[in-house]
Amino acid sequence: MSEIRFTDQHEWVRVDGDVATVGITDYAQEQLGDVVYVELPEVGKTIAQGDEAAVVESVKAASEVYAPVSGEVVEVNADLEGAPGGVNEDAMGKGWFVKLKLSDKSELAKLMDEDAYKSFVEGLA
Amino acid sequence: MSAPHSEETLQVTPLHALHIELGAKMVPFAGYDMPVQYKDGVLAEHLHTREAAGLFDVSHMGQAWIEGPDFETVARALEALVPGDLLGLVPGAIRYTLLLNDKGGIRDDLMVTRPAEAAHANSLFVIVNAACKEADFAHIAANLPAGIALKPIRDRALIALQGPKAVDVFRRFAPAGADMLFMTAQAMDVAGIPCLVSRSGYTGEDGYEISVPEKDAVALTKKLLGEPEVKPIGLGARDSLRLEAGLCLYGHDIDETTTPIEGALAWVIGKRRREEANFPGAKIILDQIANGAPRKRVGLLPEGKAPAREGTEIVAGGKVIGSITSGGYGPTVGGPIAMGYVDAAHAGVGTEVELMVRGKGRPAKVVAMPFTTKRFHKTK
Repeated sequence: MSEIRFTDQHEWVRVDGDVATVGITDYAQEQLGDVVYVELPEVGKTIAQGDEAAVVESVKAASEVYAPVSGEVVEVNADLEGAPGGVNEDAMGKGWFVKLKLSDKSELAKLMDEDAYKSFVEGLA
Repeated sequence: MSAPHSEETLQVTPLHALHIELGAKMVPFAGYDMPVQYKDGVLAEHLHTREAAGLFDVSHMGQAWIEGPDFETVARALEALVPGDLLGLVPGAIRYTLLLNDKGGIRDDLMVTRPAEAAHANSLFVIVNAACKEADFAHIAANLPAGIALKPIRDRALIALQGPKAVDVFRRFAPAGADMLFMTAQAMDVAGIPCLVSRSGYTGEDGYEISVPEKDAVALTKKLLGEPEVKPIGLGARDSLRLEAGLCLYGHDIDETTTPIEGALAWVIGKRRREEANFPGAKIILDQIANGAPRKRVGLLPEGKAPAREGTEIVAGGKVIGSITSGGYGPTVGGPIAMGYVDAAHAGVGTEVELMVRGKGRPAKVVAMPFTTKRFHKTK
């Protein structure tokens, strides 16, 4: 069974077994506007929780996507390199950035669940 | 994900409530609360302006009259502060020029109009950047001789209608506007509202900049937005449009530390002004014209897809040779574009350089600007 968690930097992480899929939330893509470029890490790279996992750029600016959990990059969403607008179209699904092999499952406990994130975003309005 | 934010006490333009009604995302810019984009977003707004017509609120910019006993006296007085040939302006002509400091650095860039109308025969009309306007007005006022005065215009809004279909839209409200040439101005009624209309802009497209009484600004804007070709465009697309057009953003691409020659703006210095050599910083600037400047503003085209933003170091042969002053994604180009300063040895078109984006050198070439074709109305 998969579970989804959120950071206060508007990343999401969905865990299936020991693989975590990471993306940015719908709220984040809306704040960014049209995504025109995505830079993804190399497969095999080890990223620590809170470190830069990817870069997402709109017409206006570049933003970092931080790793919600620590792990080794096992796959990146190469589709985004040719069609970065996928982040806007389906941020929570097809617009994912990287898959990480979890190195410490206990890190998930520090993240928000769906209800907590929803309240967090409502509080930003 | 990182997202910077700042709060300050902001001024508003006469169109502020309309922006919010139109669903704009508002951001602080030059002390004003301004629309960075509307519902369609920067990309769609940019492309719409290149295909049809975009309407921009630029009321934050500074408008002023400089008035004196006669045109020649006023033109000579302002010439003491800028390198442009203002005496040579015919009635109704606009000139892009620069306020210079004593070192030849650029205090601001501005548009100077010699009004066509008899009522303003003894005046010049100037439009300066929002962020610089109070400093500019103080500087100009302090340097005008007795009998000539700068009068800030604080009761007029400024809206720009830009794009290949701007003329079709504009003529419905002011038929005379269709015959105006680029870089000319005329007082005329637009939808029955007395306006000062310039055929000019900051997008690389044909279009108009309309100085309108603030009490009529919302009504005129709504009329223009009511036309099928017209959409409201925010500051985000205004920036990507001007970057594709190779136009400078003051405070980024030019500032007090850059001369007109370094800024690739030598064309603003009139022939007579070069001979007279009587503008601020003339010695330094004329020396750079004769012997070359140490660095130059150039266009840069990254080879890959990664945008290189302002502040990015430019490297050649393992050495830093300059930095990017404006950079991003060009929606019409369909890829990253930038401009920046490089040392003179690397300023030639075709020079291969590297842009240091996130610690990695990425290949780019020095290219001629604009990045897109300009489409101005220059002949009848």
